[in-house]
Amino acid sequence: MSSHVEETSSSYIQHHLTNLTWSVDGGWNAHDAGFWTFHVDSLLVAVGLGVLFLWLFRSVAKKSTVGVPGKLQCFIEMVIDFVDENVKDTFHGKNALIAPLALTIFVWVFLMNLMDLVPVDFIPHAAKLAGVDYLKVVPTTDLNVTLGMSLSVFALIIYYTVKVKGFGGFVKELTMQPFNHWAFIPVNFLLEAVTLLAKPVSLGLRLFGNLYAGELIFILIALLGYWQLPLYFPWAVFHILIIVLQAFIFMMLTIVYLSMAHEDH
Amino acid sequence: MNINATLIGQAIAFAIFVWFCMKYVWPPLLDAIETRQKKIADGLTQAERAGKDLELAQAKAAEKLKEAKAQAAEIIDQANKRRTQIVEEAKGEAEIERNKIIAQGEAEVEAERNRAREELRQQVATLAIAGAEKIIKRSIDKEANSDIINKLVAEL
Repeated sequence: MSSHVEETSSSYIQHHLTNLTWSVDGGWNAHDAGFWTFHVDSLLVAVGLGVLFLWLFRSVAKKSTVGVPGKLQCFIEMVIDFVDENVKDTFHGKNALIAPLALTIFVWVFLMNLMDLVPVDFIPHAAKLAGVDYLKVVPTTDLNVTLGMSLSVFALIIYYTVKVKGFGGFVKELTMQPFNHWAFIPVNFLLEAVTLLAKPVSLGLRLFGNLYAGELIFILIALLGYWQLPLYFPWAVFHILIIVLQAFIFMMLTIVYLSMAHEDH
Repeated sequence: MNINATLIGQAIAFAIFVWFCMKYVWPPLLDAIETRQKKIADGLTQAERAGKDLELAQAKAAEKLKEAKAQAAEIIDQANKRRTQIVEEAKGEAEIERNKIIAQGEAEVEAERNRAREELRQQVATLAIAGAEKIIKRSIDKEANSDIINKLVAEL
């Protein structure tokens, strides 16, 4: 791509970081089209991978046998068991939602991260040949995607806090700690509000930052011409670690936050 | 990078996926895992019990074998004793029989000898009488000296 006459390095990078958008007001790829804009590529890839995950697991679940399992069932059960163990170690209450939630987060985020290992030009270039100008294939390098998930988790945190401790308990948690005295209510509220809001923000930004930086380095390596050949491989190997680790961290922190929401202090 | 409605779309997709996973994916798979775990645990317990049973049966069999051996030894011992007894008895009987036969033989020999002696005595008497007769024919009367001859015969 860098051999292209009109294309400079910065425009190459810019092109790779631009989403395919559709907005209610401006239609396809309009600039500054306001809030009601959809990143069609992020959503399509994310939903596609989510459907792939659910289809795979559902087809195994339908054929699952109590007797000797097949190889695919063994693998799926290994993942299930891994998630189940982590949930049981951290969350001690009874909740039918948390384990499937953790499984969905782990596998889905992992699959979305995995798109990062597809060489950066393969899919965008193919899309260009098919007439699509912009295509960003790693959904987790889109801040909207990661924040969409972390804010959903945030909503669950607040829902379960209110459900377990009552609305009074929720307010009390925000205002009466760490200093249990009425005079400290403003200070407490400031501290606790920051703590509470930092949860979804850090959850979403951590995943986004890691994957965005990794993607950027892949793009920079792709700019190096023939030098990208020896460099691409080690970074990809290193990135395998990152994509699994980030998926695991997102899952683990979700479990921890939700178990904190269930616990009385 | 700006925040826009993609966030809402992602959140909706997330909610639907989690709901589907909770409803149709997680329960059957976890159920299969847990049922299998229980099955394996049961199997292990049963295997352990079977092992214990086998051990018990082996111990019982060994005991039975030992008992049978002891019994066999006792029977052989008894048989030996009985044999000795029978042999002893037979020996005693044979001894008695032998003694009887010997005694009979001796008695017969004695009787034969007595008879022979009697006969001999008779013959000697007759011979003496004949001799004396011949002597007396030559000299004296037979009757007059018969008492002397009888005395002689009696002394033989």
